[in-house]
Amino acid sequence: MKLRVDAEKKQGSFRLQVKTEVSGERIGIFGESGSGKSTLVHLISGLLEPDKGEIYLNDECLFSTSMGVNLSPERRRIAIVFQQAMLFPHLCVKSNLLYGYRRCRTENRRIKPETLIKLLKLQPLLQRGVENLSGGEKQRVALGRAILANPRLLLMDEPLSALDDALRFQIIPYLRSVSEEFGIPYLFISHSMTEMQLMTDHILEIENGRCIDETTPDQLARKRMAQNPKGYLNLLPLAVPIKVHGLFAYPWGKNTLLVSEGKEAAEALFELSSREIILFKKHPEAISARNLFACTVAEMFESEGRVGVVLSVGGEQLVAEIVRSAAEELMITVGSTLFAAVKASSFRKLA
Amino acid sequence: MMLVPEDIAAIGLSLKVALMATALALPFGFALSWLIVFTKFRGKVVLEVLINLPLTLPPVVIGFFLLLLLGKNGWIGKLLDASGIPIIFTWKAAVIASATVGFPLLVRSIRLGMESIDQQLIEASRSLGAAWYDTLATIILPLSLRGIMAGSSLMFARSLGEFGATIIVAGNIPGITQTIPLAIYDYASSPSSVTMALSLCLVSVLISVVVLIVHELLGKKLDRRSAL
Repeated sequence: MKLRVDAEKKQGSFRLQVKTEVSGERIGIFGESGSGKSTLVHLISGLLEPDKGEIYLNDECLFSTSMGVNLSPERRRIAIVFQQAMLFPHLCVKSNLLYGYRRCRTENRRIKPETLIKLLKLQPLLQRGVENLSGGEKQRVALGRAILANPRLLLMDEPLSALDDALRFQIIPYLRSVSEEFGIPYLFISHSMTEMQLMTDHILEIENGRCIDETTPDQLARKRMAQNPKGYLNLLPLAVPIKVHGLFAYPWGKNTLLVSEGKEAAEALFELSSREIILFKKHPEAISARNLFACTVAEMFESEGRVGVVLSVGGEQLVAEIVRSAAEELMITVGSTLFAAVKASSFRKLA
Repeated sequence: MMLVPEDIAAIGLSLKVALMATALALPFGFALSWLIVFTKFRGKVVLEVLINLPLTLPPVVIGFFLLLLLGKNGWIGKLLDASGIPIIFTWKAAVIASATVGFPLLVRSIRLGMESIDQQLIEASRSLGAAWYDTLATIILPLSLRGIMAGSSLMFARSLGEFGATIIVAGNIPGITQTIPLAIYDYASSPSSVTMALSLCLVSVLISVVVLIVHELLGKKLDRRSAL
């Protein structure tokens, strides 16, 4: 998917002025609330008309002031998943799901409802009224409804913000699998760094109505390490653990991670803040932290006075964060050998 | 209760006029509500004032304007006269009078219904491939049904009670243009007909109660449907 936007829109005292060209299948739009992310979504989908400029999707002109083109939303074939599920309250789940499908031209109907219903596990919900669904179920139906419209592009406008943490990470695999399975490129809009890291390959950073950077999730996480209260978030997808002395032992590269919160016989995703990793120059003989690894410094980066140390640990990578004076005292440079300690309780289970 | 054939005719005519006025106003009311709630255009305030004007004007004034408009020398009256459709002093004039007077109530209710629809539902519908008229028919119309119902029953009830504008454009001809309020007015002016007036008042109360019950029941049914 290739998207080219060069558009301006004034709304009251707010002015959105975006000029960018992105290509890829999993693109993120990152920015604080009020930065203009949702306005951009509206411009791309045709729900709002830019004051001037042009918007191209895969070389097809969706909007252009100079050429006098403004394709109506229904002809753009760009579906949206909103923050709230926005299911039609007067229709049952099945009619909601098929709303877009029924309006899609036969030659564009690539995705069959049965396949999607199976993938999103929606069968038991079909005959229900939408008011009786839980938040997570509603969002799954909304996702299914958008996908069944067989769009060329899916816009996800903070689709997880209204859900609590547990549900959020239950929905993410669905969001990813649906787009991978059916080959639908998406723009994922969010202000959550973790969601960006899990959902996107390429990110546009928006601030005050302007596109200030084009980056990768990892680069963005590094840049924001100092301002983020949790530092840089290491995401660790781990395979099935075994139980050792009341802790869960997860295989991780050539090492084993001991984690206090886990689930037997199930894969899990953990988050580890860069601030929870303690670095030692020499092997500390005795330490209460249950995880101690020998590692080498693969890379170092700066983020507003903090130093990010990218550690190579038995074939895996971790980012630790220290203050500049600590880096100087320990004489850390790329290639240094260090020991990293992490408490078993420092890992936060996401899913 | 005592009802003479003229009273029965007045009751029948009242129901007919109220029903026709509501049916006549409904499509216009829906369209104008949609315009006001969902579109942006210059002079919207003027339109809103015009729609609401009959609510604040004395019905007699509205009747007088209608008489000027629909009378033999009025703009519309001339056209109608040329095509051989007399309006003034027929039941049709009563329908137009009722429709004009009740119109703001209808629009108010439908507007309230439409304004309670989340804008994102409409955006969702459009982005799923529905053209604006498709969204209007499949999302806006069903979701403003309650407002439409409430507005229709209000307008129906208001039309039943219409007096001022009706007596000016339709007159008070028993059996032809005499509705319940006009008949009661006739009876009330002669002391010997108090019982007759009371009987018609009772009928009035009865119809109003039935309209309100139907309104409540329909509202409940719509509630239940949306909760399914």
